[in-house]
Amino acid sequence: MSEILTQMAASLASGETKVIDLTHTLDPDFPVIILPPEFGQCARFRMEEVSAYDHRGPAWKWHNLTLNEHTGTHFDAPIHWISGRDVPNGAVDEIDVKNFIGPVVVIDCSEGSAKDPDFVLTAEIILEWEKEHGPVPADSWVLMRTDWSKRKGIDYLNMAEDGPHSPGPMPDAIELLLERGIRGFGTETVGTDAGQGTHFSPPYPAHFLLHGAGKFGLQCLCNLDLLPPTGAILLATPLKIKGGTGSPLRVLALIPGEGA
Amino acid sequence: MKRQSYDGVVVTSPVTVPYVRYSQETAHWWIARALRATLATASLRPDEIDGFSVSSFSLFPDTPVGLSQHLGLTLRWLDTVPMGGASAVAGFRRAARAVHAGDVDIVACVAGDSNYIDSFRKLLSSFSRFSMDATYPYGFGGPNASFALLTDAYMAQYGATREDFGKIAVSQRDNALKNPDAIMKKPLTMEEYLNARPISDPIALFDCVMPVAGSEAFLVMREEEANRRSLPYARVASTIERVNAFPEDPIQLRGGWAMDIDEFWEMAGFGPGDIDLLQTYDDYPVISMMQMEDLGFCKKGEGPDFVRKHDLTIGGDFPHNTSGGQLSVGQAGAAGGYLGFVEALRQVTGLAGGTQVEGARRAVVSGFGMINYDRGLLSAAAALEGVTP
Amino acid sequence: MSIPLTPPPKKDPQKRTRVPTLPPAMRSRAATGISAAAAEGRFALQHCEECGTVQYPPRDACCKCLSVDLTYKDTETGAEVLAETRIHASPDPFFRERLPWRQGSVKLDAGPVAVVHLHGDVGRGDRVRMAMKLDKAGQGVLIALPIERTEAMEDDPTLRGLTAHPKHRRILITDGRNPVAVPLAKALLKAGASTVFVGEAEAWRRWPGRAALEAIEGVEIMDLDVSDMRSVTELAGEIGGKTDILINTARFVRPGGVTMQDTVFAREELDVNVLGVMRLAQAFGPGMAGRVQDGTNNAVAFVNVLSSYALVPDPAYGAFSASQAAARSVCQTLRGEYRPQGLRVMTVYTGPTDDEWHQPLPPPKVAPSALARDIVNGLIEGLEDVYSGDVAKDMFERWQRDAKVLEREMTTGGGI
Repeated sequence: MSEILTQMAASLASGETKVIDLTHTLDPDFPVIILPPEFGQCARFRMEEVSAYDHRGPAWKWHNLTLNEHTGTHFDAPIHWISGRDVPNGAVDEIDVKNFIGPVVVIDCSEGSAKDPDFVLTAEIILEWEKEHGPVPADSWVLMRTDWSKRKGIDYLNMAEDGPHSPGPMPDAIELLLERGIRGFGTETVGTDAGQGTHFSPPYPAHFLLHGAGKFGLQCLCNLDLLPPTGAILLATPLKIKGGTGSPLRVLALIPGEGA
Repeated sequence: MKRQSYDGVVVTSPVTVPYVRYSQETAHWWIARALRATLATASLRPDEIDGFSVSSFSLFPDTPVGLSQHLGLTLRWLDTVPMGGASAVAGFRRAARAVHAGDVDIVACVAGDSNYIDSFRKLLSSFSRFSMDATYPYGFGGPNASFALLTDAYMAQYGATREDFGKIAVSQRDNALKNPDAIMKKPLTMEEYLNARPISDPIALFDCVMPVAGSEAFLVMREEEANRRSLPYARVASTIERVNAFPEDPIQLRGGWAMDIDEFWEMAGFGPGDIDLLQTYDDYPVISMMQMEDLGFCKKGEGPDFVRKHDLTIGGDFPHNTSGGQLSVGQAGAAGGYLGFVEALRQVTGLAGGTQVEGARRAVVSGFGMINYDRGLLSAAAALEGVTP
Repeated sequence: MSIPLTPPPKKDPQKRTRVPTLPPAMRSRAATGISAAAAEGRFALQHCEECGTVQYPPRDACCKCLSVDLTYKDTETGAEVLAETRIHASPDPFFRERLPWRQGSVKLDAGPVAVVHLHGDVGRGDRVRMAMKLDKAGQGVLIALPIERTEAMEDDPTLRGLTAHPKHRRILITDGRNPVAVPLAKALLKAGASTVFVGEAEAWRRWPGRAALEAIEGVEIMDLDVSDMRSVTELAGEIGGKTDILINTARFVRPGGVTMQDTVFAREELDVNVLGVMRLAQAFGPGMAGRVQDGTNNAVAFVNVLSSYALVPDPAYGAFSASQAAARSVCQTLRGEYRPQGLRVMTVYTGPTDDEWHQPLPPPKVAPSALARDIVNGLIEGLEDVYSGDVAKDMFERWQRDAKVLEREMTTGGGI
């Protein structure tokens, strides 16, 4: 074993490096994105008991699952969006696995989001952040912390008659991040875009611009308040679904622990 | 064509195997006992009879064909008479004609049924298709409810009272106290009758027969055979039988006898005033009252008054159901259709013992049966004249 | 008048729930026509096609001319009670528990004499109106009713035992988002229901009718998503023991034929409309079947609201129609499964409903309030099959007349 991996193992064992779970429990009641009803809808998570130590299988219990690639905490691949449909290796099974582990930075938008559900992340906010933490590193994950994951039930999608109201990035923010050469962008909301993102130009800028540039998305994350602004490592490994546009996944972060 | 008489054919050797309330024995067992007893009365061995007429509801899965092997009988004439309360008269009529024509020499007519716990309910459940489709789902009152409806309509139409039916039941109980084989052994007062537990209004407990196990039998043979064996016997002066009479009557206020009664008395050669006793089929008193009317003892609707004006006991001016009838002796399935016939035969041959009507020579016995749906479909009657050697 | 039913007291937890028994259920094949008529709320007797004789009990041949060409036809309902009895003794376990039981003999205006159940307000000599109803065994029986409505007549124990009247019963409407939910809840409560539980799927998603439902006194909104077995099981665990009537209003509908239709929608239609019925039956059925004789507010009916496209598809709703045909089949199986247990399965067929998914269709369409009224009426009458609205009634009639012709008509452009 290389020295670095040996140190890594020791660090994990001692708690010097801590593992944080950024994933919501897959639960039939966890909201999914809602589109106008004439469009196809994202499948809700469902478990169907196949057997439970009974006449259907005496010694074992197991379930069949029904879900969408974009149900629960999930990964968006470039081919998810029309702008990324021609990106080489744009499906989850084709993406180079080294993309699934890497550095992560967190931009805290929780205060603004608490005041305004339509709070938007702008290029200006990012530039402010960089003043304190240095430039957003190339090939890193950028997560937008809003504490939205602490919302429950009807407040999560926060639907009104004019659509959902939840925070997200403005086009200029995404453009700036792409300039920095990030790997992907993640949020605590049901999508990488703001609830009202359809009214931005381009509509759904995170989806449109990120995927068009071959970048990735993460959504429905939680526990972002436990991450440091910089210096953490993210593990986000989608299922190897042939031609998959995304995947539910278990997202973990490695952060400096108590003894660090 | 005028019907031929039964001249030269007689009925003899009456047997009642004493009834019991419940029995673990089968119909086969009960029929065997009655058959054996009737043969013994005539000093016959089983291989000396060549005809067998059987009435039973509970032989399943056997039929009388299987029963003949079961009992070791070799026969040249076999009859099944599934006619319930009309079984004895109907069984006799068929046997008598066969003996008359020489198809057979001696016919043993036997009826018997067992009565297990719950067998009555099971018997009812599979009694008839119309019952299954159109009466049991409506309260499952069985024959009690069906006769309650007739009784209700009869009372409303002709002004009969509970006391009138009570007189029939109380008189029969009086008779039954002289019959050691009757299931009912306690006297019955009018007050007890009127205050009895209701069963299906206006019918109460003492309007209903008690299902029991038992069997009955008699022999049909040529007169010279009976004389040769020195047996007391009866000639049968007349019989009638009717199935599904008056189907247009909305409710049964008369039985099939009313269709045939003129022929019945004409063939008999005597009239209602000439008989010494009457055995009616008494599954319920209202039916006995109808028989008194329809057999010509009084006019339609005068049954209640006729009952009020006569003493129906053994010593009375109109001895009726002298053994106690089914109401006091019990109803042993198809043997219930034999009870009156066998008792009448005993009476006119002087063999009735404690229930003997003094000097009885002529009796009329009638049968009634099979509530297939809303009414009894069968009626039958026979006039018996006793001959004692 | 009948003695009005009082609200049942709370159940004594130390008393064993009465084990259900059934009245005699055996019938001849010929008599099945009675049950079929009762299921649809008709009064039909055998008519001889050759001589016109009307006969009862059902036979295999005409009792006047021996023709075997016999047809059940709707028949005049007038009759006169000839005789009556009150049965105090019966060897049958079902009736033993309900003695005394009144039985009558009636002369039908149509000719035959019938032995029948008597409503408490009629007796010997009365002119009556005859009806056919399904009894606890699911078999058709005849009951003599007063010609004119009498006070609280639906509370007569014999009549109540033959219907699924909402009075004093606790009722679950499975999907509050269905536009019928509000008028249905109101109609049920007006008919005397003690509580109306209304299922809400995906409580995390706002929907417009919620406030109106919440505002109704007697309505309780409960989490329920028929597409999720866990959700159905959880609610059954909560209220399954006091659900006396279940009305499944959950429905997923999208326009589109088969060639061009999306299988995602089709799958959703099958999942909600067909498997949803199965899930409800599995979770609620056993508890309801065990309570079919649990006093005044016993479990009586499992109701599904389906489209009349269950009979023949409208190609404009091809996949949806397929789901309705499958749901109809599931309901019929359930009927077979629940009948020996004494639980009624009612199916309400409606034509196009006046909602977003049928918006471009021309009238007539079924208004939610009309559908609600027909559902409640079906319960009050104790029916198995209800056709709500002109389209459903017309389709059923045409389907009975010639299913193949109707198929041609429905699939040759223009639909209905």
